[in-house]
Amino acid sequence: MPNHFSHPAAILRSIQVRKRWEKVFIAVGVFSLFIALATLVLLVSDLLIRGWPMLNWRFFTSPPSSDPEEAGISIAWVGSLLVILVTAFVAVPLGIAAGIYLEEYAPKNWLLDFIEINITNLAGVPSITYGLLALGFFVYILNWGESILTAGFTLALLILPIVIVTTRESLRAIPQGIREAAYAVGASRWQVIADHVLPYSMGGILTGIIVGISRAIGETAPLITIGALTFITFLPDSPLTTQFPFISFNWVWAPFTVLPIQMFNWVSRPQDAFQINAAAAGIVLLVLTLGVNALAIYLRYRFRKSIKW
Amino acid sequence: MVEQPFPSTNKVPLTLPSRTIRLWRERIIATVLFLAAISSVITTLVIVYILFAETMIFFEKVMEEHQESLLAALVEFFTGTEWSPLIQPISIGILPLLSGTFTTCVVGSCVAIPFGTIAAIYLSEFAPAKVREFLKPVLEILAGVPTVVYGYFALLFVTPVLQKIILGVQQFLAPGKESWEYFELPGFNMLGAGIVVGLMIVPYITSLAEDALRAVPVHLREGSYAMGATRLQTAIKVLMPAATSGIVAAYILALSRAVGETMIVAIAAGLQPKLTFNPLEGAATTTAYIVSVSLGDLPHGSLEYQSIFAAGIMLFVATLILNVAGYFISRRYREVY
Repeated sequence: MPNHFSHPAAILRSIQVRKRWEKVFIAVGVFSLFIALATLVLLVSDLLIRGWPMLNWRFFTSPPSSDPEEAGISIAWVGSLLVILVTAFVAVPLGIAAGIYLEEYAPKNWLLDFIEINITNLAGVPSITYGLLALGFFVYILNWGESILTAGFTLALLILPIVIVTTRESLRAIPQGIREAAYAVGASRWQVIADHVLPYSMGGILTGIIVGISRAIGETAPLITIGALTFITFLPDSPLTTQFPFISFNWVWAPFTVLPIQMFNWVSRPQDAFQINAAAAGIVLLVLTLGVNALAIYLRYRFRKSIKW
Repeated sequence: MVEQPFPSTNKVPLTLPSRTIRLWRERIIATVLFLAAISSVITTLVIVYILFAETMIFFEKVMEEHQESLLAALVEFFTGTEWSPLIQPISIGILPLLSGTFTTCVVGSCVAIPFGTIAAIYLSEFAPAKVREFLKPVLEILAGVPTVVYGYFALLFVTPVLQKIILGVQQFLAPGKESWEYFELPGFNMLGAGIVVGLMIVPYITSLAEDALRAVPVHLREGSYAMGATRLQTAIKVLMPAATSGIVAAYILALSRAVGETMIVAIAAGLQPKLTFNPLEGAATTTAYIVSVSLGDLPHGSLEYQSIFAAGIMLFVATLILNVAGYFISRRYREVY
């Protein structure tokens, strides 16, 4: 092999060549990320251009209709809200409790390993599998039907791994010294957790819950699988009643539709006019999920900044 | 895990009035928390039970219908080239659904793997802090877009653009023909759906691969720089090999996402099962089949009801293998140094 590095000019040229390649790579890297950015911009602008004229008060207050001009998302957003309510009610306590057990109580043995692998796998299971679980188990074995309750539980199981994992991470971030100090003054294990560890890690846990909720708002496939009706023109019973005891839970048994299903329904119609509705519903969905996500990012940033052990 | 700082409390000769209550309360709370943790295992068990039970009924019905043994039914399931459990005479070859899933995933990977990897290297080794701070949230936002919105994007934006591009290329290569003589990309096609699936999984690959690259110890980088290597040479010759298992795990986990992706393909790739590997055609994936059946009236206990569980079990097994592989591969790269 000829020793071409012996000459200073050759060395300089070699450096130049390598620097040029570096510049080429930077250009390619910027281009790759530009694609991601462009996707987002194109997506949002396409939705806005098509759907903006549709976004008015009537759109939010009208039920779906076979006339695209008349159709709205009132049933869908109420349905989404109620389903998410059930989801949060199930997933938040269950997820936090599971996270506390795995991080603070569980002995390090095969069972912990097994549960961990299991949660990792559940986080990666396709969401439609949860729909099949719900169809076979909630709808037919427990006989809950195609109700808000079924949908809420389905989405709760879906976001449970997210809540568990973030709960564990935030508990792990609390320094051991805090726990030891509490034990030293005679607190029991639960007192240590409930009075000290949990309050200090609430910020991180809250972030996890919000990320999970945002995921649940946008999730479509599992709810289609349980047979969520796509054309419903009536609202479920109101949770507040005029008669004693003023609160009714009839609504959990009501059939429902949610925003993403409404959007899917409109996208898959052959008439072009419905695509405007789909775009408008897409804007609402995007604002909701991204807004909730942005809140989580902001909260995480805030909590990271304010905590100095 | 916290070590109890002093040995068990019941040996302390104190007679606080609440001691027993406190002990019992602790035990009950520990039990309740344990049950919550076990719920994830129960979820998995129920998923497996439901999928298996309904799939068994599916095969029993098929055996009855075709008057054949379980083995013959299984052979038909895995090797048959036609999937139409809803139309008499029924045929239950799963291959058309798998080919649809395979094709969209290949298209998606062709988009996501190069872009995702390059973006990860750029973000971890080249990008100035300010650019990183701006781009990381953008990627997070992309990962948070509901898939039904991506489906809309694939059907109503990407596909029309592709149609124009494909027509334009043909007109450029062979000008002067009648418009109907050119190939027209169908409105439902796996190319557009696959590209959008790829765009959807780019953030996963980027963030996981970036983590893997950043986990490579700094002294490996410094050693490389000290030898006069540029950042690019270091990234490709030192960091990529050192982070291989993490990057491969990122690909596998992203692929698992693509396999399980439902709404994009259900909206944009078509709902007709078809044994084809041509992305220019439309064909149903495994997930899209489940959606298309669920959309209709689905009587409990009918063959089409059970058929979605048979399709679902293929999906579950495929993603399970990918996820477990990804889990173990990604665990390995932390232990190398």
